[in-house]
Amino acid sequence: MLKFWLRFLYTFEKKSSKLPILKLSNLGLKNADKLILNDVSLDIEAGESLAIIGASGCGKSSLLRILANLTTPSSGAAYYQKQNYTQINPTILRRKVGYCFQIPCLFGETVYDNLLFPFQVHSEKYNPQKVQKLFEQFELNPALENSSVTMLSGGEKQRIALIRSLLFLPEVLLLDEITSALDHENTLIVERVLENINAQGVSLVWVTHSLEQSQRIANRIITMKDGAITSEHKGARNASS
Amino acid sequence: MHQVSQVSNTSLFFASSLILITLFFSYWQKLKLEKDTIISVLRAVVQLIAIGYVLEFIFGQKSVWFTSLLLLFMILNAAYNAARRGAGIKHGFPISCLAIGIGTVVTLSVLICSKTIHFSAYQVIPVSGMIIGNAMIALGLCYKQLLKDFQQKRNEIETKLALGSDILPSAINLVRDALKTGTIPTLDSAKTLGIVSLPGMMTGLILAGTSPLAAVKYQIMVTFMLLATTSIASFIACFLAYRGFFNSQKQLV
Repeated sequence: MLKFWLRFLYTFEKKSSKLPILKLSNLGLKNADKLILNDVSLDIEAGESLAIIGASGCGKSSLLRILANLTTPSSGAAYYQKQNYTQINPTILRRKVGYCFQIPCLFGETVYDNLLFPFQVHSEKYNPQKVQKLFEQFELNPALENSSVTMLSGGEKQRIALIRSLLFLPEVLLLDEITSALDHENTLIVERVLENINAQGVSLVWVTHSLEQSQRIANRIITMKDGAITSEHKGARNASS
Repeated sequence: MHQVSQVSNTSLFFASSLILITLFFSYWQKLKLEKDTIISVLRAVVQLIAIGYVLEFIFGQKSVWFTSLLLLFMILNAAYNAARRGAGIKHGFPISCLAIGIGTVVTLSVLICSKTIHFSAYQVIPVSGMIIGNAMIALGLCYKQLLKDFQQKRNEIETKLALGSDILPSAINLVRDALKTGTIPTLDSAKTLGIVSLPGMMTGLILAGTSPLAAVKYQIMVTFMLLATTSIASFIACFLAYRGFFNSQKQLV
């Protein structure tokens, strides 16, 4: 009898630890008459680093926008810890599931305006130490904090946008081709910082064109074609959790 | 100066000879505008005589209900036009009704309570015409600005939404820009009053025999009420209209 209960508890614990943090179930997306996503089902585990690869227009970014709750699917559903997205306050959900755009948008006049915004969203006082720590990790000049956003290079803009998303760590971070406009050196810096973030338990979902990059950054890779997932295989990186 | 100058029918008849100058130029330069000129003049005369009789009837009414109904009709009409100018704004008509309605009621209440005007058709209707018309134009400008900004600044709004911001903090800059766009023309015209332009109402009062100083007092009152109504109506309309750009999931539509 005791053996039975122990086995039951072990199985239950194993199952519950495998509970996906995000789940997409038979997702479909239509824009006008064009089918963008077709019956996509996907589980994203807590702490994993997942890469989604595929050609342009295959539906990768649309999938990410649905995960970020910036687009509602035409059919199927998205879940955060078993809870349907439609049942969760979108503002709360987006603080748990962050999203970084391919082309970063820096608003306001200075870098400071952008870094202040997350603190305002979380009703907290601006913390310069927290900001400077991230500046160091991304190898950015601390003086940039007071620069005009129009004076930044593409690489600096993307790193500032990433810092803005990382000031308050989400549980899942969605990264939409964030390194596509960066040179090799900046790409490696960004990958290294995000690897550390992943090690802290934040799940990463990368959308990328590069198979080589996906091998480097992910412990699971899925391939998409014509709005559907066509294959799934392991990445070269070991799982952090 | 203080005598009301009346235009007699005979002097009006002689003034009509001025039309002959227009007709002469058209005939001389072969502009072929003679027919159009005659039709335009006849239409202007008939329409103005007709509206003269209508206004004579309206201003003769003493009933509070009649004045209120007429006011409501003017607000609905202005709201319809403002909503048409802002085609694409969700619930444009009810929002405009509320914005223009509240702006008008607040301004009129202050004017009536301060005994600047009386609640009679003779005073309320012309004053309301000015403030409602101004609010209608301001709302049209606000809506156009909102539509343009929500089209052009989607990335900025979605970036803020993705950072966990609610819809108002994500769109507040756009709402403020629209508010400014609606209010600035009224502010600008107030700045140049008396220097660049003498407003039609003031000119009309002076022509009708009112002393310039008394006419100026009226114009100052008109400026205050136009500013108040424009800002109240623009504020209500912008803060209600921006919500229509988001769905229940707080996503841009």
